[in-house]
Amino acid sequence: MGKTPQPGAKASSIPLMDGRAAEPTIFELSVPERTAASFRTTGIPLKEPSTSVPSYLLRDQDAEMPEISERDLVAHFTRLTHRQFSVDLGAYPLGSCTMKYNPKFADVSAAISGLANIHPNQPESTIQGWLELMVTLESYFSEITGMAEATLQPSAGAQGELTGLLIMKAYHKDLGRQRKNVIIPDSAHGTNPASVTLSGFHPITVKSGPDGLVDLDALKSLLDEDTAGMMLTNPNTLGLFEKDILEISRAVHEVGGLLYYDGANLNAIMGIVRPGDMGFDIVHSNLHKTFATPHGGGGPGSGPVAVSRRLAEFLPGPKPAVVGVNPNGSNKFGFIQPPKSIGRIHSFHGNALIFIRALAYMKYYGGQGLTEVSQTAVLNANWLRKKISDSYPAAHDVTCMHEFVASVSRLKKETGIRGIDVAKKLLEFGFHAPTVYFPLVVEEALMFEPTETESLQTLQALASALESIAQLSRTPDGQFEVHQAPTQTPVTRLDETRAARTLIPTFDASDAMAKD
Amino acid sequence: MLGFLGFSSVEDLFDEIPASIRLAKEGLNLPEGISEPDVLDEIELYASRNIPVSRDLVCFAGGGAYDHDVSSATVALASRSEFMTAYTPYQPEVAQGVLQALFEYQTLVSRLSGLPIANASLYDGASALVEAINLCVAQTKNRIVWMSQGINPSFREVVNTFSAGTNHEIIEVALTRGVTDWASAPESRPGVIVVGYPNYLGIIEDLRSITEFAAQNDIRIVIVYDPVSAALLKSPGSLGADVAVAEGQAFGVGLNFGGPYVGLFSTKNEYVRLLPGRLVGETLDSLGNKGYVTTLRTREQDIRREKASSNVCTNQTLIAITVAIQMSWLGKSGIKELAKRCYSGTEFMKKRLLESGPAYQLVSDAPTLREFAVKTPIPPEDLLDRMLEEGFLAGIPVRHGFVGSDAEGSLLISVTEKRTAKEIEAFVNALQRVVK
Repeated sequence: MGKTPQPGAKASSIPLMDGRAAEPTIFELSVPERTAASFRTTGIPLKEPSTSVPSYLLRDQDAEMPEISERDLVAHFTRLTHRQFSVDLGAYPLGSCTMKYNPKFADVSAAISGLANIHPNQPESTIQGWLELMVTLESYFSEITGMAEATLQPSAGAQGELTGLLIMKAYHKDLGRQRKNVIIPDSAHGTNPASVTLSGFHPITVKSGPDGLVDLDALKSLLDEDTAGMMLTNPNTLGLFEKDILEISRAVHEVGGLLYYDGANLNAIMGIVRPGDMGFDIVHSNLHKTFATPHGGGGPGSGPVAVSRRLAEFLPGPKPAVVGVNPNGSNKFGFIQPPKSIGRIHSFHGNALIFIRALAYMKYYGGQGLTEVSQTAVLNANWLRKKISDSYPAAHDVTCMHEFVASVSRLKKETGIRGIDVAKKLLEFGFHAPTVYFPLVVEEALMFEPTETESLQTLQALASALESIAQLSRTPDGQFEVHQAPTQTPVTRLDETRAARTLIPTFDASDAMAKD
Repeated sequence: MLGFLGFSSVEDLFDEIPASIRLAKEGLNLPEGISEPDVLDEIELYASRNIPVSRDLVCFAGGGAYDHDVSSATVALASRSEFMTAYTPYQPEVAQGVLQALFEYQTLVSRLSGLPIANASLYDGASALVEAINLCVAQTKNRIVWMSQGINPSFREVVNTFSAGTNHEIIEVALTRGVTDWASAPESRPGVIVVGYPNYLGIIEDLRSITEFAAQNDIRIVIVYDPVSAALLKSPGSLGADVAVAEGQAFGVGLNFGGPYVGLFSTKNEYVRLLPGRLVGETLDSLGNKGYVTTLRTREQDIRREKASSNVCTNQTLIAITVAIQMSWLGKSGIKELAKRCYSGTEFMKKRLLESGPAYQLVSDAPTLREFAVKTPIPPEDLLDRMLEEGFLAGIPVRHGFVGSDAEGSLLISVTEKRTAKEIEAFVNALQRVVK
């Protein structure tokens, strides 16, 4: 045995050379007559559209696309990647987002021609592999969540929420009920109330108790004949397990409501406890969080929804299913329409390439492996929580799940340094910042989710970076430095107020302003 | 690590979870984990049970998902891990790469659609249409929607699904000989009119009278356009669209069994406060250098919560960046040539097919650009099956969403720049064999 293992070097978005030089837009790199395009030889004579399309339908002026060589195009976008932090560069403890490492075998899986080069409207006989893959992923997802059946159509968590709520709506309607309210904790993700409104329900907020958990008495006082259901994240957005979940579930069900599980925090509990066993009726999950599919800079994600047996008939269609047996005894797959389906959610079948990645991930880990994923995620979060608690005490000083919310309010009182300052300074240490100012119920919140993929060495480096920032904040010079941060990144702190006040959403708007 | 926390077992971390609901020791009923090469083998097995489009299964299917060539530069750049493994740019100082790429994407979509504001993308064409309708209803407070039957039938289904929540009244206006029969719409005045351009059957409808009607009656117009055709056709903005939406897959995104794709969304300046999804804007940093941030965040659900007009909190960033790269690679002349090549191939196919026998009849004489619907001597589903044996994905049967229409039972055929004269000749010859 040799030396102590080290964390990686300062992972960084600091470009290699003269990093402060801004990259011009592709429009500024454009030179008339240049192009990178290359077309195959087809033997089809090129025809002018005016031969059959009336002139009033045709453009008088070409669309102003850039005119750029392939060499300049590649250089431009590659330089942009040098101005971008990512999971592959270093730790990304962004709470609520589960920024774990995305294994490369999943990307390789998704690129296999027999899966990628398929038209979504191909006849069922030519997509038996795809249908089987989807049915398998649905069944794995149902097993992990303890539900009966699932749909993979929703493109993201928010669309999954809306899908789940429309199922809730269809269920009550089918029973001839007029239910109008959906209860949401005050710590809920912002998508929850927005989805409730868009599904035609009225959101009612239930407050958290001093322990950060749903106030059971307050909840009971809100439940009545108008309650369609309740949306809950468990563990909640404070990273705390709602330990009264069975009582919550009983109370909601007693008034005929349904319990909806926001699966944003599923990474804490795989193989340990299942939403179905807690009493939930509808579950959405984010494949890009828990099942490690790359976040793509903010999408594509995938937000499958699983439901209990009594709700299966309302699931979106068309739905992949076993529809018979082939002469050789193997299953024959096809699309079916659930009898009381709420209808279609996606243009085609959902974000299909994401399904492959998630299934590859589940197969790699297996049941026991996924349990260990959650155990390690929770262990890492608790280690970090305790390690930084002197300077950044957790809002609730108890064992957390996969994430925790620390408060900077004491540091702010002592030094004037705020949560956002700590977050910005952390960028200079080669880490992404935690989530800032969420949930709203904690003052100066920093929400950390280290995930299971970060090593102890990385967590130690992260903790020591945070401690350095706290130390700096306690000296006048240091305070100045932290307020100024980040100064080593491609740009320094950006003026968000200016961006909103003087909206410049395109290069053309920018150009027009410069000419004014 | 456990010792540091004062625990003796990892189980202790989960003490708060009631024992009665904890999973038994056996854990999840899933197969045991396997190695990376074994995973790849298993995924290959699924792939082996599909028949992908290729030189052995030549694709003439379109209908919103097109078999275009993707440039190698696009493939290489879009798989850069800095783009792939980042998240929503919450810390703009270390996310200028994604933000600037999205800013360029927004500019490209704005220029192509002829409308000044484009968002940073939506999930897919259908979700972009749902959001467009929501924006218009929020703006006019009139929840009646006239939607042409010329909209992709799957998009129409999605619109109907989500209207169960928003309580919009969706009225489908039928196509007659491939063109929307607006005169058949009911008396009640809508707040929004939705039209396809070209429509699902490939027909470029003359939108002048319906946009004029809308303008005179304070009705919003949503144009669902094909972005490749838009390189040749008058832009949705110049035709009077209040919102233009499109499926962007044609630019650099493979067929991918239908996803992930990307919804292009653009609108007029006056609707910016109702814009769904993310928007990137240019600003300055503390040293006066140019930089980019997501802006007008106060529209968004995490701040407005139940008062937000959309619940979308992400977009399809990676796919939007892919589209921006491919559009730039094509460039001003290339994007036009792409559209012309699709047009030329489609006309070539149309001519050969009509020459091959009187049983092939166009659904409409109206002009088309990159696809067309044709009546065939046998039902399109049977034709499709027989043509599979000959190595062709012959098109998409026009059935679902067109029951009772004069287009029902036709075949929708699309020809992209990838198709050669030889393939088309072989296709027509194969048809002669299979329908005999």
